[in-house]
Amino acid sequence: MEFIISKYNYWIYITLMMVGFYAIIGKRNLVKKLVGMNIFQTALILYFISTAAKKGATIPIVAHGNGEVVHAVHAAQYVNPLPHVLMLTAIVVMVSTFGVALALIVMIYRRYKTLEEDEILEPKK
Amino acid sequence: MIAQFEDVIIQTLCRLLIPFMQVFALYVIAHGHHSPGGGFQGGCILGASFILLCIAYDTREAKRRMSEKLNEIFCSLGVIIFGGIGVVCLILGANYLDYSILHKLLGVNIPVARSLGILGIEIGVGFTVMAAMISIFLNLASKGEHEEALILK
Amino acid sequence: MRSLAFIVVVITGALLIYATIDMPDLADPHSPASTHVSPRYIEKTVEETATPNMVTSVLADYRGYDTLGETTVIFTAAMACILLLRRRRK
Repeated sequence: MEFIISKYNYWIYITLMMVGFYAIIGKRNLVKKLVGMNIFQTALILYFISTAAKKGATIPIVAHGNGEVVHAVHAAQYVNPLPHVLMLTAIVVMVSTFGVALALIVMIYRRYKTLEEDEILEPKK
Repeated sequence: MIAQFEDVIIQTLCRLLIPFMQVFALYVIAHGHHSPGGGFQGGCILGASFILLCIAYDTREAKRRMSEKLNEIFCSLGVIIFGGIGVVCLILGANYLDYSILHKLLGVNIPVARSLGILGIEIGVGFTVMAAMISIFLNLASKGEHEEALILK
Repeated sequence: MRSLAFIVVVITGALLIYATIDMPDLADPHSPASTHVSPRYIEKTVEETATPNMVTSVLADYRGYDTLGETTVIFTAAMACILLLRRRRK
C-alpha cells in the first residue's frame, strides 16, 4: 500500500489527463474538444516537471552573490534542470497548436455556419 | 471583431501600466542569466503589453504603434539573429552554434564569450515570440480584418 | 456514445496507473532522470558558461539546436494564422 503514498504525484496527473481525454472524445462541440486538448497538454507538462524533484533541493539557479559563486556546487543540492528545459519547448508548442487550431475553427465556422460535429459530418442535402 | 467599449477608468489605468510592463519585460530578458527568465518569458510579456492596448482601446490604436509591416519585420528578424549567430560561429571555424569561438572576435575569455552568445540568441527569441503573439491575437480577435471591421458602438 | 467514451477513458486510466508501479518514487535523488548527464550540467555550468541559471545555459548553449527548432515552430504558427485568416477588403 505504500506505493500509493510514494507515487501520489503520478496518480493526480493521470486523473487530470483522463479528464482532458474524456473532453476530447466525449463532447460534440469543437471548442469544447479544444479545451480538453489544452487540459491534457497542461497535465502532461506538470507530470514531467514532477519527475524532476529531489528531496531537500532548491531551485535550479546556482547560489551567487554580487556575481561571484560562493559555495562549491553539488548535484544533490539543486533540482534536475533537464525536464524544466524540455517543458519550455512543450509550452511553446502548446501555444502554437492552440493558435492554429482556433484559426481552423474560424474557417470551419465561415464555411459550415455551425460548430457541432454531427452537423458538420452529415452529408449535404 | 473588437467592439468599442469606452471606459475612462480602464483606459487611464492601461495607459499608465503599459510602459511599466514593457520595461519589466526587457528586465526579464536581460536578467536571464541570474534569475528565472530568458527570451521566451520576456517576449510573452512584451506581446501581452500590446494585447492589453488592443483590448483597452481599439485595434487601430495597437496598429498605430506596431504596424503590420513592422510586426512581420520583427518576426523574421528574431530568427535571422538566431541563425546569424550560428553562421558567424561557422565562418570563424567552429561548429554551428558553438559560441566558444566568439572569444577571438570579442576579445574576452571563453566562458564570458559563451555567456554573450547566450544573451544574443535570447534577444532574437524575444523578438520572434513578441511578434508571433501580437499577430496571432490580432488575426484571431478580428477574424482577419484588422481595422476595416465594423465598430459597434 | 457518451458511455462508450467513459468506458474507454476508465480503461486507459487503469492501464496508466498499472504502469506507474515500476516508476521511481517522488523526490528520489537516485532516479534515472537525475543521474546520467544532469549532474554534469549542474556542476559545470558556472565554470564553462559563466551563467548561474542552469535552465538558460542548458536551453541556449548545451541544447541550443532544439531552441532553434522551437523558434521556427512559433514563427510557422504565426505565418499559418496570417495565411489562413487575413483578408483585405478591396
